[in-house]
Formats: sequence, structure tokens, C-alpha cells
Amino acid sequence: MPLDPGFWALQALNALQLSMLLFLLSIGLTVIFGLMHFVNLAHGSLYALGAYVAAALATVGGYWTGFFLAPVAVAGMGILLYSGLIRRMRKSGPMAQVLVTFGLIFALLDLTRIIWGDIALAIEVPSLLAGRVSLFGIDYPVYRLFIIALGFAIFAALALVLKRTQIGAMIRAGVDNDAMAACLGINVERLFFIVFCVGCALAGLAGAVAAPLLSVTPDMGLQILIPTLIVIVIGGLGSLQGAIAGSLIFGFVQTFGAVLAPQLASVLIYALLAAVLVIRPMGLFPAKG
Amino acid sequence: MKTTILAALGFATALSMPASAEEIKVGLLLPYSGVYAALSNDIEAGFELALEEYGAETEATFALLREDTEVKPPVALAKAKKLILQDKVDVMAGIVSSGVLGAVRDLVHGAGVPLIVANAGNDEATGAQCSPFITRMSFSNGQVNRPMGPWMVEQGITKVFTLAPDYAAGRQMIDSFTETFTAAGGEIVGQEFTPFQKTQDFGPFLAKAKASGAQAVYVFYAGGEAISFVKQYDSFGLKADLPLYGSGFLTSSLYVNAEGPAAEGVITALHYVPTIDNPENAAFVTAFEAKTGRIPSEYAVQGFDAARALIEATKTGATDRESLANALRQVHFEGPRGTLSIDPATNNIVQPIYVYETIAGEGGLTQKVLAELPATADPLNGCTMAPVSN
Repeated sequence: MPLDPGFWALQALNALQLSMLLFLLSIGLTVIFGLMHFVNLAHGSLYALGAYVAAALATVGGYWTGFFLAPVAVAGMGILLYSGLIRRMRKSGPMAQVLVTFGLIFALLDLTRIIWGDIALAIEVPSLLAGRVSLFGIDYPVYRLFIIALGFAIFAALALVLKRTQIGAMIRAGVDNDAMAACLGINVERLFFIVFCVGCALAGLAGAVAAPLLSVTPDMGLQILIPTLIVIVIGGLGSLQGAIAGSLIFGFVQTFGAVLAPQLASVLIYALLAAVLVIRPMGLFPAKG
Repeated sequence: MKTTILAALGFATALSMPASAEEIKVGLLLPYSGVYAALSNDIEAGFELALEEYGAETEATFALLREDTEVKPPVALAKAKKLILQDKVDVMAGIVSSGVLGAVRDLVHGAGVPLIVANAGNDEATGAQCSPFITRMSFSNGQVNRPMGPWMVEQGITKVFTLAPDYAAGRQMIDSFTETFTAAGGEIVGQEFTPFQKTQDFGPFLAKAKASGAQAVYVFYAGGEAISFVKQYDSFGLKADLPLYGSGFLTSSLYVNAEGPAAEGVITALHYVPTIDNPENAAFVTAFEAKTGRIPSEYAVQGFDAARALIEATKTGATDRESLANALRQVHFEGPRGTLSIDPATNNIVQPIYVYETIAGEGGLTQKVLAELPATADPLNGCTMAPVSN
């Protein structure tokens, strides 16, 4: 086992990078759930859609076109889903919602297959972010640092909006007690619509960011869904702190598990999930006490 | 009522009559949906192409019945049953995943229906689980990797770190490489198996490989994982100091262009690349491109040769299940991959293995063949079966 500090710094950055990717996905999902108790299992498919849109746009207008337009396109898809399906499903209980959004996973999966084919796509890292930089005596890919920075920037922006603005206060009130918030004159339904769109856009952004790092395949949404659900269960539903804490825990356990105990790597995170569910069933930082 | 009886009579006579012009019913078992759909499309296109090009050489005609296995063993088993019992096919071909092959193996063996395997590479299928009715025209996991051990030692590489997904194929590919590599004097300085289809980030493993003191890294990855792996390997800048070698599926022509410049300089071994220099391959590549607009992959040639094997078998006069199975075990011909034959001791294909480097070409990435390693028959691996009857 190599023990030089550079090795561990490299692994810590790897862990951070994975955490930030998961954070972008889980924050949308967790706030949607926290605010409206709506389980959107198709969230992973929106991430895959974001990656495909980014890959398609990148071949036409370069990486940054995809980076900026993929979230918009996925938010558009979110509006379609909201007005077509989700608004009608609001009162139908969690089981029906889970089934409908689970079905959506397969519908969207086949849709991406029909449009973009079965062969995996990929996009190149933009030249601005290509290459590596020396940091703490190690060489690290710039693009991965960009993902880490982007994750923290989004976290800071969301924290600011949720803590310091009026709409943030309304969202927090809605998560805490939606009936009371509605009585106080907050249009909770419209709030939900906005949060849903922002959540979808963030999923699309995560897809666009992940595309140059991973391969773009139809089942990438399914592969990311379980880690995302683990993150929000560990972190606690509905809270920003929960999403970031869950993401960091997942990223570090996954990465250092793979380094220190490769045979246990895939079990560790599930063991942790089970432990959290036993000790703190509401997660580490639930929105409601 | 009367028409029903007439129809039944007609049906009965149709059954009892010898099929005119020897129409052979071929069941194609491929995962048209699911993660291997792209592979299925190439295998099917290759299969059809061979029937179009070589079908006239035999008096038999072929009727194709397609069934989707969905890469699910229980579904595949039900579809195979349907083909055997209801459609009464004379021969079956296809099978992409080894799990599906394992699921249908006993049915095929028990029913005595010849099956031409067009992809699935698990060593047991032509080892301990071998059957006189299962003939493999694709490859075995060991076969593709075994020649790379001595070859890399010859190139002066004696310390290697290996990586592969943690499932049967990953382990067989790496184990067979490890065996010949260490036998030739090489040393494995580190070995990791990554959670199969659960690993998005290979960073942790790449850092370990870098710190291991190896001269090179040898890996097996395929499909989406291969693309992610090759790109991440390059993004960490490992390629310069730690050259990347592996099983040729890593840089398959099917998806190498998605890997982009990251794949340049990667050296791998495979039973087929589109740039093999022989007249059969030149003709095959031209015909396949004309038919599909794509460069043929190893999957396409596997489908192509599976149909060629069937045609060769029918040229001996074989028409029913038993005679076809027997004839398939003795097939040999010149194909795009070079000289192919079936080893009747295991029913696995004997074929040369090509070491190739992925390089930048005119219209994207292409393959430069570095060496053609001689064809050797797989070891028996516990296979015992009746010799071919003449």
C-alpha cells in the first residue's frame, strides 16, 4: 500500500469530484421530495437526457453550447412531464407516483435509444479545461477540478437562495409545513413547479458535466439512480445540508473503499446506508426535525 | 369445420413431405433490446450478409426466425424453447451474453439442436460445459488474452498492473493473461477487479495503478465502461509513462471513435480488426459498408462467419439437426479473420489473434496491426464429448 501524501491527495480529489457530481443530481431530487413528497424516480433519466442533449449539441456548437443549453432542454422536458403527468399525480399517493415515474424511466430510456441509437456517445473535454495542473505536488485533470468547483458554486448559490431570499424562505416554509404555508398565502403549487424545473435543470447540468468524463449510454440514468437515492436517504430528505453531506459521504466511502478494501467497496456504502437507517431513520440532516 | 379439416390435412402433408429444396429453418437468438442491442445489430447484419454472398454455394435455402433474448436468461430460455419446440428450427445461432448461453445450454444439449454461438465467450461453454451441439464461431475469453502474455514479455514488459470488471468474463480474460504472462517470466505487481457496471469513476483504481511501480497496465473493459476507462486513463496523463494494453474489446471499432484521441496508442489483442490485410477481409469490409454504412466490428465478423459455417455445413449435405451439428464441428474455411477451423475436441473456433494499436487515421481512429499471433486450439478445460462421426 503506497503511503505518500500525493496518493491520498489524489484520492481525496477523486472522492470530491464524485461527490459533486452526485450532489448536482441529489439536490434536485431531495428538494422535490421534501417540498411535495413526490418521488421522482425518473430523475436519473433526466440526467441521461442531459448528457445526450449535451453530446448532440457539442457536435454542432462545441462543448459550451451543450453545457448551457442541456439544462434548459431538460428543464423543458421537466415542464412537459409536470404539466402532462406529475400535476395529475399529486394527490394519488406515493405508490402510484413511484410506479408512474418508474415506468417513465423505461419510456425515456427507449426514447434515447430511438433518437440516438444503441452505440455509446462521448464528447471531448473543452480545450479550456483539457490537460492537467499541478496541485499539492500532484498532477490532476483540470476538468475534474472544474466539476468540484462547479459543485461548490452551485451549493453556495443554492444555500444563498434558500437562506437569504424570499423565495428561499417560501421554499423552506413549504418543506416544513406545506398546508400552513398555503394558508399564509404562499402558492405552494407554483413553488413546487419552479423547484421541479430547477431540479430538472440541475439534473441536466449534471448529465452535461458527466458526459465528457463518462460515456453517454442509454442506461446511464439507471446506473446513477441508486447512488442518488442512497445519497438522499443518508443525508435526509428535503435539505441542502443533507444532500451535500450525503454526497460527500458517498463519494469518500466509495473512493476510499475502493482503495483500502476493494473486495468490500460495493458493500460498504450499502452497509452504511443500513446503519443510517437503523440509527437515524430520517437521515443525518432531515429538513423536518 | 370442413375448412379446418382441410387446413389440418394440408398442414399434416406439409409436415410429412420432405422440405423441398432443403429449406433450413434458422433461429436467431439475439438481444435486440437492452444494453447489447448494438452488438446484435452488427451480428445480424453480418449473418445476413454471409447468406446473401455465399448462400448460392449451397443447395439449401435458409429461413430466418428472429427472437429477442433481451439479455435476460429466463427470457432467452423461453424463446429458445419456442424456437425448438414450436417453430421446430433445424439450427440456432446468436447468443451475445455468456449468462444467456449458460441458461440455454442444457435445453440445446438435451434437444439436440445445433447452436452456433456468435459472441458469448465464457470458457466453460467449450470447456466443462461443452456439448457436441454447441459450436462457437466467435472467441473464448481465454483465447483472446492468452497470446498477449508472452508477446508483452517479448516487448520487454515484465511488470504489469491489471484491471477488469468483477464478473466472470473479466476474471477469465485477466486470469488467462496472468497465467501466460507469469509463465513467460512476467510479474503482476497489482490486480484490481472493479464493481461491474457500478463503477462510474475509475480514478481511485488508476491512482493505485500509477503508484504500483508497473511498466504497463493490462485491462479488459467493454462497451460504455471501456469508453469511460480509456478517457479517464488519458485524462490523468497516465498513457505517457504507463502504456495501456488490454483485450481488444477495449478499443473495439464499434465504439472507438467515442473514445477519441484518448484511445491513440493503446495496444490490444483481438481476433478481428477491420484493417486485417487479406483479400477476404477487403471484400468483407467493402460489402458490409455497402450494406450498413458502418465499418464492420468483431461482432459483425462473428455473425458473418457463423452464417458461413452454416453454409459450409450444408454443403456437406447436412440438413437435419443431427447431421448439421456433426458437420459444424468439422467446418474450416478462409474468412476475413484468416484461416478458421473448429477444434472438434471442444467445438471452439481456432483462429489467429491480432495485436493492434489504435492510431489516428484519415476519417477518425483506425487500427494498425502490429503482430499476427498464431492460431492455437484452446485447452480442453474439462471438456469431454463424443468424437465427430463420419
